[in-house]
Amino acid sequence: MKFMVSLRKELLELWRTHRFLVTSVVLVLFGMISPLLAKLAPQLLKMVPGGERFVAMMPPPTIADAIAQYVKNINQFGILLALLTSMGTVSREKEKGTAAIILVKPLPRSIFLLSKFTALSLSFLVSLALAAVVAYYYTMILFEAPRFPSWVALNVLIWLSLLVYIGLTMLFSTIFKSQWAAAGLGLVIIFFFSAGGSIPAIGKYLPLHLISWGSALLKGSAASSWPALWVSLSLILLSLLAAWVIFQRQEL
Amino acid sequence: MNPIRIENLKKHFGKVRALDGLTLDVEPGTIFGFLGPNGAGKTTTIRLLTGLSRPTAGHAWVAGLDIIHSRKFADRIGYLPEEPVFYSWMTPAEFLDYTGRLFGFTAEERKIRTKDLLELAGLSQVSKRRIGGFSRGMRQRLGVAQALFNRPEVLFLDEPVSALDPAGRKEVLEMIGQLRGECTVFMSTHILADVERVCDTVGIINHGRLVVEARQAELLARYTVPALELECDAGFEGQFKAWIESLKSSEWVSSVTLNGPVARIVVNDLSAARQALLFQASQARLALRRYEIVTPSLEDIFLRLIGTEGRIE
Repeated sequence: MKFMVSLRKELLELWRTHRFLVTSVVLVLFGMISPLLAKLAPQLLKMVPGGERFVAMMPPPTIADAIAQYVKNINQFGILLALLTSMGTVSREKEKGTAAIILVKPLPRSIFLLSKFTALSLSFLVSLALAAVVAYYYTMILFEAPRFPSWVALNVLIWLSLLVYIGLTMLFSTIFKSQWAAAGLGLVIIFFFSAGGSIPAIGKYLPLHLISWGSALLKGSAASSWPALWVSLSLILLSLLAAWVIFQRQEL
Repeated sequence: MNPIRIENLKKHFGKVRALDGLTLDVEPGTIFGFLGPNGAGKTTTIRLLTGLSRPTAGHAWVAGLDIIHSRKFADRIGYLPEEPVFYSWMTPAEFLDYTGRLFGFTAEERKIRTKDLLELAGLSQVSKRRIGGFSRGMRQRLGVAQALFNRPEVLFLDEPVSALDPAGRKEVLEMIGQLRGECTVFMSTHILADVERVCDTVGIINHGRLVVEARQAELLARYTVPALELECDAGFEGQFKAWIESLKSSEWVSSVTLNGPVARIVVNDLSAARQALLFQASQARLALRRYEIVTPSLEDIFLRLIGTEGRIE
């Protein structure tokens, strides 16, 4: 009951402060332009002086290029949006004093945190679903329809990988009173995951590998990446658990 | 058990002892004025009693419930911080409704309570405006309204009228006064006039320790000391100041405070003071506009107990 009250407030906040709107518009925009960019890449290249020579060497664009564009753009901007929307979730409330005026009321701190995470997760789920629908439609028009179950699986895996960044940034937002400190540590994590991703022995355990798994599924590959899934889910749970333990001890 | 009971409560921030063994009891249905200079430990005490902070040592009970090991008392208290902050994107009606939801009120109860409290706080006209555009006074009034939403057994108010203009201050103090008997009010302030106006009981804190706790009338009686107030005519201020300074060495003078043309002299022998004062003033060729024997105010008692380090209004 209290969870639903708090979740309602968090969702309303995401709506009123335009954070949901910005997230969905950015992701939908990239969902739309990614297949377009793949399709129009040769024409765009021709407009660059001397570009004709490169176009002649390039194979004609395929559905694989459209999906690669989509995955790259949604992943990059998704991570950035995850960082920006979650860096102040707890720290800003502590800094401003709204956490104090709310948490003296009968609202457990665990619910306060969980409702924030759930609201952000839902916001990204809806935004990503919209982006996926738009990208699917444009890919179908410009190339061919991607395999639907694999398309859904790819987007679910992208969403899960973004939840890792949301969870970790929320943890940093709980630890620090400044949202910029939380954002700074979030960037360090992004750097660490990107650097680690290029080392195969480590990369197969990192959230980025979920996206590789999703892309492989679309290509019809049967390869799986369960370790990355378990590590990602564990990171989300551990982040929330650590945030809760730390927040319980904090003085507001 | 009294609605607020504190036993040897301590709060240390590193080497700083914000609270150093505070012990006090607040009787049910009374308005308790918690007085002290800046940094005395007033806000720290309220933060501990509302569960926002944890004590280093000691025990405390609010509404009969142990505040250290449980949060069950949250349903039974109201809290107004010194500078109340709200979600700027909400309207006051939405914030009050959200407060009601957190306390588990039904939709009908929330609607009625929100309307009543907006009226009480004088915010009905702006109930649909975003809080982000509110003045500090409006936020303070909304803060009082949200603290009263659940009809708390114990209401904690941290400097409740510090941001208000005189009219708003009068209204809020009257509102607090009306709560007498309905709930126990624990109000921290450094404005002594407000305490004199509404509080039944007064606790004075300094350096994290309780200096005195008593009913206001009892406190005034206990610390009654005769005092005289003198006011000089315009143009005599310089001469008046020098003369007042010279009085400090007189045997019958306890303390002297000078505020422009008005001097307040607390004496230890009223008859000696009455005999000497006017005679000496005439010798000094001073033109006095006013001369009266006054009863001591809470401010006199506060200054006597705390010393002059307490900055007060």
